[in-house]
Amino acid sequence: MTTPESGEMAEYGEGRTGTSELEPAQPVGDPIPDPGPAPPAERMTDIDLKAEQRVERQVASMFGLASLLILAFLVAFVIFPLTTDDGGAVDVGAVRVSNVALGVTLGLALVLIGLGAIHWARKLMTSKMVIHERHQLRSTDDVRAETLADFELGTAESTFGRRKMIRNSLIGAMALLPLPAVFLLRDLGPAPGGVKKNTLWDTGVRVVHDRTFAPIRPSELQVGSLVVAMPENFEELPHEGPERINQRAKSPVFLIRIDPDDLRIEEGRENWQVDGILCYSKICTHVGCPITLYESDTHHMLCPCHQSTFNLADAGEVIFGPAARPLPQLPLAVDEEGYLIAQSDFVDPVGPSFWEMNT
Amino acid sequence: MTAISARRRHPLAAAVVLFVTLVVLGGLYAVLAPASQASSEASSTQIEEGRQLFAIGCSSCHGLGGEGQVRDDGTVIGPSLIGVGAAAVDFQVGTGRMPAGAPGAQISRGAVQYTDDEIAALAAYVASLAPGPEIPGAAAVDPDAGDVARGGEMFRTNCAQCHNASGQGGALSYGKYAPALQGVTPTHIYEAMLTGPQAMPVFNDQTLTPEDKRDIIAFLKSIEDEPNPGGFGLGRIGPVSEGLWGWLLGIGALIGTAVWLGAKRS
Repeated sequence: MTTPESGEMAEYGEGRTGTSELEPAQPVGDPIPDPGPAPPAERMTDIDLKAEQRVERQVASMFGLASLLILAFLVAFVIFPLTTDDGGAVDVGAVRVSNVALGVTLGLALVLIGLGAIHWARKLMTSKMVIHERHQLRSTDDVRAETLADFELGTAESTFGRRKMIRNSLIGAMALLPLPAVFLLRDLGPAPGGVKKNTLWDTGVRVVHDRTFAPIRPSELQVGSLVVAMPENFEELPHEGPERINQRAKSPVFLIRIDPDDLRIEEGRENWQVDGILCYSKICTHVGCPITLYESDTHHMLCPCHQSTFNLADAGEVIFGPAARPLPQLPLAVDEEGYLIAQSDFVDPVGPSFWEMNT
Repeated sequence: MTAISARRRHPLAAAVVLFVTLVVLGGLYAVLAPASQASSEASSTQIEEGRQLFAIGCSSCHGLGGEGQVRDDGTVIGPSLIGVGAAAVDFQVGTGRMPAGAPGAQISRGAVQYTDDEIAALAAYVASLAPGPEIPGAAAVDPDAGDVARGGEMFRTNCAQCHNASGQGGALSYGKYAPALQGVTPTHIYEAMLTGPQAMPVFNDQTLTPEDKRDIIAFLKSIEDEPNPGGFGLGRIGPVSEGLWGWLLGIGALIGTAVWLGAKRS
């Protein structure tokens, strides 16, 4: 703490000679010394009186023009109406005449004031180079000694070092203090249950057109068709509140019809389709973007966010991109009235994967 | 008027009213309905003309009878055109996609190679192979008759995922793309939905009713006419391009100013 000045310089100023604080430090062994900053070049305005007067006129006319534009702004504010007498808009192109006039006058005035100030500073104001020395960050020796003495006096007067029972019991209390926080963070209320795994789909829920909410017959789809669909019970949800928004994000599906000859059906999903009509979740299994970029000739479904590509003719397997698991398929059936319905909820959870997915 | 009302109890009045009504209805039907009737009537010479054009311009890929050609290894040289209907021909040839210039990931729009009459003849010939989607009438694709707001909802639900919310188009996989929809005629938009060309899914009249399609066309035509208040549309792809321009121009101008201010005086 009380190392002499020169010793500290040697300690921190590695590779520097440190002969004088004011001279720029030199790398050891550099044959060409740093010449330092070049002296400022003389400007035309410094040596030519005419140039100086010209710049003076330029700056003054910029400021003067700015004054005129500010006055023009006030005039424009008064004379350009927003609407004509019969209520029509006064436009030039697609913009109000008034907006154009106000914006151009005030904007140009501000730009001219700025340009004039910069021009003035660069061409006319003096430009001597001034070096400000930085003071040392280290406190002076007597301040440091006083601080240490105060600290030691405080330690002695508080009897912290002497009364070991108090000290140890305090350390014990402080060590236990984080435990309530750990317990609170461990239990953030009731577990979400099946909310991530379940959607509105259930046994017998009809598949309906999104937007029109009309039920769908298998005969409406031909090979190559794509229908964006929702569960019929979505319309029964209250229009206010989070449930509708959550289900809008979780429950959308799409229907496609593929020639059964082109289809590879996964084991256990033999009766999930109706004559080549398949129903998949519309929510990408990567980070949950809605996807219906369907290429009907290759049966690929592309996610526009990160280019995950799913082969819908092959049980929704991922064939490209960052998605880690296939697109969940909804088991389809037909009810007695001939409309498409769900056999059950999704077997695999829809949307992005999560830790407790397989528990 | 009094002359008519004086005779309204005449024994022949009912018969006259019935006759006039029938004439009016029949006349209206003759004016409004028979467009498709006429086109399928006016066919035998048109079909023959189409068959000859097809044999010259299309059969090298699609086969002499439109049955398509597939190599032994499964490569499709030209798909079968049996059952694709007149709408598919009118779309593919009318937008210059067919005859295809070169094979590739996707065949794009190009200069139209046939006159309207020749396209109609080709369409009549292909439609004669097997029944398929027909070319929509003028009333079915009239943008003025559609509901723009409803069309916007239908577009955003069914089309915007590939074609962008303002119809600017977008990229698909392996070099394919969804084309921009600006400047496409209403009839071609309708036919594309009806037939699902190339990678596009089919939206037949059951999954998207003719009314839905007309509303979508109305929406697309209305956003084509939208003014750009800033002077530039910036691709009309929303805040992304606007933000990018803000960053490039705004921050670029600030950096340029800072460099200028800090530059050595001369």
